[in-house]
Amino acid sequence: MTDSSAVSITAVSKSFGRGSAAVRVLEDVSVEIGQREFFTLLGPSGCGKTTLLRLIAGFETADQGRIAIEGQDVTQAPPFRRPVNTVFQNYALFPHLTVEQNVGFALVEQQMPAAQIRARVGESLEMVRMQSYARRRPAELSGGQQQRVALARALAPRPKVLLLDEPLSALDLKLRKEMQIELKLLQAEAGITFLFVTHDQEEALTLSDRVAVMQGGRILQMGAPREIYETPTHRFVADFIGDINLIEAEALPGNTIRLIGGAQITHPHQAHGRVTLAIRPERARIVALDASHLQARVVHTAYLGTALVHKLALADGSTFLLRQSDLDGAQPSLGSQIGLSLPADSLRVLVQ
Amino acid sequence: MNIRHFPMTREISLLVLVYLYVPVVVLVGYSFNANRTATVWSHASLDWYARILANPSIQSAAKNSLVLALCAATAATVIALLAALATARAFPSRDGVEAVLKMPLILPEIVVAVATLMLFVALGVQLGLGAMILAHTAFCIPFAYLPIRARIEGLNQGYGEAAQDLYANRFRSFRRVTLPLLWPGIMAGFTLAFVTSLDDFLTSFFLSGPGTTTLPVYIFSSIKAGITPEINAISTVMLVISVLLVSLSFFLGRLRR
Amino acid sequence: MTGSPALRRLGLLTPALVTIAVLVGVPLTLLFWISLLQKGGSSGVDWASVPSLANYIRLVWEEDFDGTMILNTSYLVILLRSILQAAVTTGLSLLFGLPVALWMAGLSRGQRDLMLLLITIPFWTNLLVRNYAWLIILREDGWFSQMVDFISPVGPIQLLYNDLAVVIGLTYSFLPFMILPLYAVFEKFDWRLLEAAHDLGAPRSRAIRRVLIPIAMPGIAAGSLLVFIPCLGAFVTPALLGGGKTLMLGNIIQMQFGASRNWPFGATLAVVLLSLMLIAMVTMAIWRNRRVR
Repeated sequence: MTDSSAVSITAVSKSFGRGSAAVRVLEDVSVEIGQREFFTLLGPSGCGKTTLLRLIAGFETADQGRIAIEGQDVTQAPPFRRPVNTVFQNYALFPHLTVEQNVGFALVEQQMPAAQIRARVGESLEMVRMQSYARRRPAELSGGQQQRVALARALAPRPKVLLLDEPLSALDLKLRKEMQIELKLLQAEAGITFLFVTHDQEEALTLSDRVAVMQGGRILQMGAPREIYETPTHRFVADFIGDINLIEAEALPGNTIRLIGGAQITHPHQAHGRVTLAIRPERARIVALDASHLQARVVHTAYLGTALVHKLALADGSTFLLRQSDLDGAQPSLGSQIGLSLPADSLRVLVQ
Repeated sequence: MNIRHFPMTREISLLVLVYLYVPVVVLVGYSFNANRTATVWSHASLDWYARILANPSIQSAAKNSLVLALCAATAATVIALLAALATARAFPSRDGVEAVLKMPLILPEIVVAVATLMLFVALGVQLGLGAMILAHTAFCIPFAYLPIRARIEGLNQGYGEAAQDLYANRFRSFRRVTLPLLWPGIMAGFTLAFVTSLDDFLTSFFLSGPGTTTLPVYIFSSIKAGITPEINAISTVMLVISVLLVSLSFFLGRLRR
Repeated sequence: MTGSPALRRLGLLTPALVTIAVLVGVPLTLLFWISLLQKGGSSGVDWASVPSLANYIRLVWEEDFDGTMILNTSYLVILLRSILQAAVTTGLSLLFGLPVALWMAGLSRGQRDLMLLLITIPFWTNLLVRNYAWLIILREDGWFSQMVDFISPVGPIQLLYNDLAVVIGLTYSFLPFMILPLYAVFEKFDWRLLEAAHDLGAPRSRAIRRVLIPIAMPGIAAGSLLVFIPCLGAFVTPALLGGGKTLMLGNIIQMQFGASRNWPFGATLAVVLLSLMLIAMVTMAIWRNRRVR
């Protein structure tokens, strides 16, 4: 652990249930989250991301391991003694309190003088542009407005870390996109570490400084969005984030890989025998048949406005997606046989 | 064809409403009848109300009824609130615990009443107001419990967590979030328990001692002695109180969460 | 406010459980015990008497002057009448409650709430007062009699103090117990199921019989129990509207604690009432389980 970490999670494990019915939801997880970082836990439901967030918030206690916030051990501390605040998935705005009472809730608990509370509540509401709704009740607000109030409430006590538990999932697509941008701006303005939980890979890539992809209670890969997207280390990560083609191939000695149909590619690897190659749909290119690595037949073409996506069938029957952004170029016709080139720098050799 | 429309149900329903309300209307109407022979109408008057107000036995019975209902409903509501807080979250024997809590609802009242009478006599507990308060508290518990429980059920579990996340400890979180949110349920439960106790006849009938009659017990013995216009008036008063309180409780139960 | 969740839960539940145990559980246990004792003493119970089933035997047989046991049907008749009255009341409540609940489920939200309030209010108002209202209506010079007399002079009609008066009073007292559970079922009923039944060729009446009623069965069962059980133990209605000739279980229990001052026999009758209630509940549970399978 370093002093510069906002959140430091060391070898944390957590199970629910007892005895034989126990389910392990977190398995030896360690993460360091830096100051002012926008860090995202990404994974499908049941991967343990929400449990990890709840452990940091203090709603659950870790079976093993240590959790520290800005160097201070909080592993056993109750939620009300932790300098973190949460934006809940359903916002959990207190329905019996007005917007300003909601935002001031924590400040009253911290026994801040009334005048100061008023000032801080005003600031916080201004930050999310909700000043004019101060006297309303949560039930009188739209989903997006409730979202902003929940943000203001969690930010008002100036936590060391803001925890966000799928806060955008209840919003419709358009609002979600707007709020994504706002969240990013808000983080810059507040200068606080954000720990964000989502199952939406696009959201994770858009917002985060770093992303941790989780599955089955473990962190599979951690890194900048671009790194995760372009150089996935696990088949699961590659598959979970964006569209990707996974091709069975054979690793040969001498940094050579043999593809279906016998073509060989030179690509550095340490594997031996059967491997999976991953390539994004936009990275493969259409070439002449005799210059190709793979041959494929066009099964279906979908027009997406900015690009064409061709669904291709490879010789072994597997499917290959090809994204063609150059709409002015030659377009293969349905049923025709085309050649594909797989640039070595966009290929990944994956472990399972 | 409207799938939800069933022939004759409307007519039968209106008939049932008439059946439910005509006796009440007749009773209330006759309470304003000036004629001494309770069922012959002469002209409207408030004489009987003036009489019951001046009647010392009715005054004392009314006082007993109010004290009894207030004590029993308060005790039952506190007990029920604590129990509802415990049963808000699932635990292995919750169904069993809830069955016990609802037991006074299911058991025939006369059985519990005579059993309690025998217990009190066997233990040497003085019959009267104290004995009635104890017995009423027991059968009021489910009436107070159910609205509170319904309210907790509708409450988002997350509010407690949110409060703790915002630095409120368990006690503060209860006081600032849980209690205010439950308040309509608590008031609804209290009101129903109060009405139930106020209207109870059987248990009080067996457990009231000399000089501690309640209004329903007084009404019963008056009816047995002969129907008089005073009974119409006092019955109307009891009806109006119940209707007001139940409407209040109904309204509280429907308050926005 | 510390300790494990289980301990905290126990602490919160203790007042309720103790109150009910002491004021319901203990008395009922005592009731069983006393039903085995003999009467006597100033308190109505001879605490020193040898426990026996004598009181239960007394329900059916009576000792003649010469010591032989002869059948005594007076209690059996009352028992049977109680069951019959309760059954008839339950049937009538179902007959009238079902259409009301169906109609309510089809109303708009505001109308439903109003109906719910209208059905609920009598349930919360004083049972004694409501039965008394019928007394005014049904008695010889009462409102009903006067109305009839006004239309065609036949002289005073005595409608009180018979089985019909009791059934009218009991139905009046407990009808809401039938309507509310039925309404709860119909409110949640997915009406598209009826459309589906029509679509599959069932005409209206068949669709109701094969889809609506089976789905409403839990409500019908619950409502029937909720009406049947309090009817069995009714005291106020037969006492006011039944007069001396149409006694029910509740009345003879009360008598043992009043004029007769035979507490052990009263306890025995109360145990009989409890047993009938249990039989009704178990029968219903078995019947419902069979339906589920």
